Amino acid sequence: MTFPNPNPDFPILSVLVFSPLAAAALAAFIRSERLLRWWALLCTTAIALVSLSLWWWFNPATAEFQFVERRAWIPSLKISYAVGIDGISLLLVLLTTLIMPLCVLCSWRYITTRVKEFMVCLLIMESAMVGVFCALDFILFFVFWEAMLIPMALLIGVWGGPRKIYAAIKFFVYTMTGSVLLLVAILALYLKVGSFSIPDMMGRNFAPEFQCWIFLAFFISFAIKVPMFPFHTWLPAAHVEAPTAGSVVLASVLLKMGTYGFLRFSLPITPYATHVFMPYVLWLSVAAILYGGLTALAQSDLKKLVAYSSVGHMGFATLGIFALNTNGIEGATLVMINHGVTTGALFIAVGIIYERLHTRDLGASAGLGKFMPVFAGFLGVFCLSSLAFPGTNSFIGEFLVLAGGFKVSTLLVICAVPGVVAAAAYMLRMLQKVAYGGVRNPDHSGLADLNLREVVTLAPLLVFVFWIGLHPQPFIHVMHASVQHLLEQTNGSLAPAAVALR
Amino acid sequence: MDTPHDIRLLLAVLAPLVGAGLVMATGKRPNLREACSFLAALALFLVTVSLVPDIRAGRTLHFTVFDLLPGLSVSLRADALSMIFAVSASFLWCVTVFYSAGYMRSLEEHAQTRFSACFALALFGAIGCAFSDNLLTLYLFYEIVSITTYPLVAHHQDEEGYEGGRKYLVYLTATAKGLVLPAMVLLYVLVGNLDFANNITTGILPAGVHRGIVTALYVCCVLGFAKNGVMPLHHWLPGAMVAPTPVSALLHAVAVVKVGVFSTVRVMLYVFGTKTMTDFNLGLPTAYFVSFTILAASIIALSKDNLKARLAYSTVSQLSYIILGVALLTPAGIEGGLIHIANHAFSKITLFFCAGAIYVATHKKDISQMSGLGRAMPFTFGAFAIASLSMIGAPPVCGFVSKWYLLNGALDAGSIGIFLVLLASTILNAAYFAPVVFDAFFGNPSAEDVKHGFKEAPLAMVIPLSLTAVISVVIGFYPDFFMNFVRAVLP
Repeated sequence: MTFPNPNPDFPILSVLVFSPLAAAALAAFIRSERLLRWWALLCTTAIALVSLSLWWWFNPATAEFQFVERRAWIPSLKISYAVGIDGISLLLVLLTTLIMPLCVLCSWRYITTRVKEFMVCLLIMESAMVGVFCALDFILFFVFWEAMLIPMALLIGVWGGPRKIYAAIKFFVYTMTGSVLLLVAILALYLKVGSFSIPDMMGRNFAPEFQCWIFLAFFISFAIKVPMFPFHTWLPAAHVEAPTAGSVVLASVLLKMGTYGFLRFSLPITPYATHVFMPYVLWLSVAAILYGGLTALAQSDLKKLVAYSSVGHMGFATLGIFALNTNGIEGATLVMINHGVTTGALFIAVGIIYERLHTRDLGASAGLGKFMPVFAGFLGVFCLSSLAFPGTNSFIGEFLVLAGGFKVSTLLVICAVPGVVAAAAYMLRMLQKVAYGGVRNPDHSGLADLNLREVVTLAPLLVFVFWIGLHPQPFIHVMHASVQHLLEQTNGSLAPAAVALR
Repeated sequence: MDTPHDIRLLLAVLAPLVGAGLVMATGKRPNLREACSFLAALALFLVTVSLVPDIRAGRTLHFTVFDLLPGLSVSLRADALSMIFAVSASFLWCVTVFYSAGYMRSLEEHAQTRFSACFALALFGAIGCAFSDNLLTLYLFYEIVSITTYPLVAHHQDEEGYEGGRKYLVYLTATAKGLVLPAMVLLYVLVGNLDFANNITTGILPAGVHRGIVTALYVCCVLGFAKNGVMPLHHWLPGAMVAPTPVSALLHAVAVVKVGVFSTVRVMLYVFGTKTMTDFNLGLPTAYFVSFTILAASIIALSKDNLKARLAYSTVSQLSYIILGVALLTPAGIEGGLIHIANHAFSKITLFFCAGAIYVATHKKDISQMSGLGRAMPFTFGAFAIASLSMIGAPPVCGFVSKWYLLNGALDAGSIGIFLVLLASTILNAAYFAPVVFDAFFGNPSAEDVKHGFKEAPLAMVIPLSLTAVISVVIGFYPDFFMNFVRAVLP
């Protein structure tokens, strides 16, 4: 398929960042709930379609930032409005824009109160999330980063479950703590560099000690966001209380902010410190994989189960990132995308169960498969994808991460293997329960199978499960040059010294 | 000679998959549904047979389905080793379609559509394993077999069924994920790809890999493909006997367990290669390791009164013959091991068919209650007698051919220990099969049985079991059809 060459002056990223905001502003004037839903769906779908043009126009041969826009914003402080994407952020932007219409669809019947405010929150979220992935100026990044917090906390706190206030506050306090440290690091870097431009800060050989402090500040901030063990406790609470769309946004996009932060900031800005702390982060990742897997195995609440599985999956992402080799980072980026697809789908599936049974208890949903065979089919594919069944998307990601891990340490990967087995165990346990149940299942005979809207919600994710699983080359191709460039920056001149210190 | 893009391989793998789809679509009309199953089985068999002349001519056929990453693809190959498994599995599927229709309808089992569809899907996995061109593809289809056979094992959906199914999944997925997956990733890191070698000698490992790593990889692969029933990871197999008998017959005598053994053998010969195995002294220790399974499983079989349980342990024991033969690393040993893939398939499926026929005709599961039944069911017990002779290894039934080569292989390898193990297991085989046959024909039926007046099972079951029994004898007399493939595997 051929597309006309992009007009270099067309500010496509700004359009993507600000059009959800404009849509939100217009939504404030719509009265009818029905119309609001359609409006939100229309806008998010249109944005998703527009964002696809990035995929066609993106040049995967270079590691340079593309679609760059740069305008002075606060010249006296050298703060500018700068956006641009490379191969890694391209995939995350697309993931965000493609997941949003599904969030609107899965809230169609679920959200019945304050529909207008809900849709406005979702649209503001989209603006902020796309902004985070596009920002090339640290202050701009921080603005978007903070801007995500409030609508997300509202999504949990207003439309959430019984303990919504507790969960919203916990989420807010945790991430806010991280943000403070992030701001401190940003200011320290500004004082050294004299500008807030992110590309300017990369590849500079800061003093080792300075790098270590900056790395630690970044690390805590991003580790909370990922969340890495032991900073994860806000996640299950937030997931359990959040409405379906909130869980989907949280799992599919927000968790990726942390790992994106590692890739965009920690590795290229503080390469020396990255090498110093690499073994500790790797072992924390293994701990997350094991802890997430074993804890998920013990859950009887479907949402908690999927939430703890997220902890394990994100452990794979951080493991791959800090393996600091091509396989590892490419695998980690794929794990991020795959987790967005698969876990998003699983949360939508849990939402579908909740809408019918008004409980998320695994025992109460036993034997649904008999009366909802289409649903059971979808759930089966997503569960298999989540446990990294060969031929599905997660398999490729985990395979690459493990290959990257083996290049660093065999022991490390061997220690992570029980987590892989646990993933199979908890996912198959859930699938078995929901599809078959036991000898005495609750009566589900009155339940209706998926309707068209629900099928439309899940089908795109199903396509991605198999597309990435069986033909991952295009996805790896777009990020390859960026990952190589990132590794050059990270494994540059100071790396041997850091390894020697370790 | 290699043929790079032979579309027939894809057709062979797709036949059961399409078959499964058609079975689902025609579920409301049982006759049409069974016809779809049969057509898929027949199509698979015909495509497989159409490959025979090419393989006979010494060609290896390939087909790449998906390119995943550099050095990593989902691709198919047909060589002599694949044909041994593919021909027997596809032929026996055709036979089993009739048998299972007879069995399921006689017992008025529930969810017959799901049953037939999963059956076809399991064959999809099994044929995929047979035609795998690399370790990744093998692993993919291996896992597909594990998942798609769960509904078959748990078919009755009672406590026993779920328990058997749970054990089945736990054993098979935990070993595949916990042992094979890391071994596969490490191989990829060491070698750069996972393609099987083109002969059984060289293997794919680069020179200079540490002995400890090679041994660890090898152990992971032999134990990881737990469908091969090697102790101590064999418990899933007796547990899976809660499944309806056609499942036990095809899947636990042919498809599932043979997928395990085939995968193990494929990896031993085409990933490690006889040279590496000799250099690192991996052959004989493996042979002794599986000898324990051969003897222990036979002894357990002696103690089982439930006919299917006895057959299950007999399967555990017989599967290890195949690994033992290959592990001897002598030409005769490898020949004996590989030919047993086919020989055991035809004989053991006969035995399971008989067990199912007895159950349908009399609702009896225990051997102690089968006294005198042979006179009421002459065909069934006649077939049972022939097949058990094969298991014992008596001429002229096909089991003799296997045992002959295995004993020769043991002598060539200079291992008296293995020779004695084979002899001891022959005696044990006779000890647990002969009384069943003897009692059935010469024992006195209980008064209740006489009053009941049992008759032979339905024709849909008796014809298949007679057919497989006859074939067991025929390939004992004329082993060359499969032997030609086996010889082509050797360098």
